[in-house]
Amino acid sequence: MAKTRKFRIWRGDEQAGDFQDYDVEVETGMVVLDAIHLIQAEQAHDLAVRWNCKAGKCGSCSMEINGKPRLSCMTRMNEYAPDETITVQPMRTFRVIKDLVCDVSWNYEQNKKIAPFKPGPRDADGNYRMKQDDVDRVQEFRKCIECFLCQDVCHVLRDHEQKEKFVGPRFMIRLAGLEMHPLDTADRIPKIKEEFGVGMCNITRCCTEVCPEHIGITDNGIIPLKERVVDRYYDPLRILWRKLTGKT
Amino acid sequence: MSDATTYAVGGHREGFAATLREDNWWIGPVLTLVGLLAFVIYATWAAFAGNHYYTAPYLSPFYSPVVFTYTTAPGAAPLAHSWFGAWPAWWPAFLPASPALFILPFPGVFRFTCYYYRKAYYRAFSGTPPACAVGALPQKSYKGETAWMVFQNLHRYALYFALLFIAFLTYDAFISFFKDGKFGVGVGSIVLTLNVVFLTCFTCGCHAFRHLIGGKLDCFTCDAGSARRHGAWKRVSLLNARHMVWAWVSLFWVGFSDLYVRLVSLGIIKDLNTWN
Repeated sequence: MAKTRKFRIWRGDEQAGDFQDYDVEVETGMVVLDAIHLIQAEQAHDLAVRWNCKAGKCGSCSMEINGKPRLSCMTRMNEYAPDETITVQPMRTFRVIKDLVCDVSWNYEQNKKIAPFKPGPRDADGNYRMKQDDVDRVQEFRKCIECFLCQDVCHVLRDHEQKEKFVGPRFMIRLAGLEMHPLDTADRIPKIKEEFGVGMCNITRCCTEVCPEHIGITDNGIIPLKERVVDRYYDPLRILWRKLTGKT
Repeated sequence: MSDATTYAVGGHREGFAATLREDNWWIGPVLTLVGLLAFVIYATWAAFAGNHYYTAPYLSPFYSPVVFTYTTAPGAAPLAHSWFGAWPAWWPAFLPASPALFILPFPGVFRFTCYYYRKAYYRAFSGTPPACAVGALPQKSYKGETAWMVFQNLHRYALYFALLFIAFLTYDAFISFFKDGKFGVGVGSIVLTLNVVFLTCFTCGCHAFRHLIGGKLDCFTCDAGSARRHGAWKRVSLLNARHMVWAWVSLFWVGFSDLYVRLVSLGIIKDLNTWN
C-alpha cells in the first residue's frame, strides 16, 4: 500500500542552492533512488541525479542520506520511520555540478599517479601462476566499485580538504592490492609514505563503515600499508638488521 | 517549498560536530571517553600508590615484573621477588617509591599507539572526527599522523616490549597457583590467568603482530616457511577481527586484576582458595 513520505532534497549548483521539500507516494520495497526517480518524473523534471545499475554494483548513485554517505539504490525506504523526513544531499567532498551530482574526476587524477602492475618474468612455459591463497587476499580489494563513498567520508579530504597530501582510502586499497600482489615487482612504499600520504590517515575507520562492498579498507588495506612503511623507515630491529647485514 | 535555514553548497552544515545525521552518533565517543578516562584515572592512582600490590602468591599486573621493591610499604613485594633488590637511593624524592612507574609506561605506550585505540581516542578526545560524516574539529593545517604525530610508529617498538610482558605475566599467573611451595587454586589465580589470556588475545591480535607474523609477505605460497606463516596469519586475523573487543576486555580485566589484589592485600575482601 502506498504511503506518503517526506523528502528534503538539496537543489542547486556549485554557486548556491537550497533544500526543497517533496511528498512522495512510496510503495513497499522501494529504495531511496526509486523515490528520487518518482520525484524526478512527477514533480521536478530537472532534478539531476547520477545512477546506472540500481543494483549496488556501478557505484554511481552515491549521495548523503540523512547525513550518511550511502548508495541510494541500496538504501531501503523501510530503514526509516514512517514519519521521518528523509534528507538527501550530494557528497560533500567533491564539487557539486548540479543537485545530487558531483564532479568526481579528482579521483581519476589520483589513480593516474599510481605505478601500474609490474609483473616479474613469466614461468618457463610462458604463463604467470598464482595460488588461490594469494589470490584471496588481493581479491578483496578488487571488489571496489568506485562509488567514492570512502573518499567522501574521509575527514582528511572532507573536513580538512587535504587533497594535495592524501589520495584517500579508495586509492590506498588500490595500492594495497598492488603491493600485496605476489607477481608485482614495483616498489611503491616511498611514494605511499610521501606523495600518497598514508600518514595523513588517522585510522578512524569511517571509510570501512560506509563501504557498500564491506571491504576491510582500514584493517586489511591502510594499516598493512602503514606497517610496510614502518618496516622500511621506523622498525628498530629491521634498521639494526639492515645496518648489520646490508640487506633490506 | 524552500527551507528557511541557509546551508553551504550541497546543504552540508559547517563546524565542529555539525551533521545532518539523525542517529545517536555521539553515544560511541561518549562511552569511549568515559571508559578510557576511568581507566587512566584508576591506573594512574594505582601506579602512584606504590602499596598493596602484592599478597602471596598474587602480584598485581600493574607492578609486574618488580624491578625494585620498597619493602616497608604496606602490601609491597618481598625482596626475593625483586629483580634488582631494594629501592634505589638515586630515585628522585619528588616521585613516589612505586615499582609500577618502571612498568606502566610500556603497556601504556603499546595501548596508546594501538590502531584500535587511535580510532577510539581520535574520535572521543580530539574530535578528528567525532563520528563519521560529523564535522571534525577545525584545524589550520591538519597533518594526521605525520609531523609530531609520527611517534605513533612507536607501536612496533611497544609491541616487542608487550610480548615480553606477556611472558612475565604468564610466569606470575603460573606461580599464583603455588603458595609456600604448595599447589592450589584461588580466585586470584583465576583472575591473573584470565588476565594473561585476555592480554595475549589483545597483543597477538594486534595489527603490528599480524603484519610481522605473515601479513608482510607478498606471497603466501612460495615456500614452506611462507605457507606456515600464512596459517599463522589467518589465525591471528581471527583475533584481529575482534581487536576492539579484546582491547576493552583486556583493559577492564587488567584494571580489575590490580583492584582484586589490592582489595585482598588491604583485607577488604578474602581470597577464596584451596590453601586455607
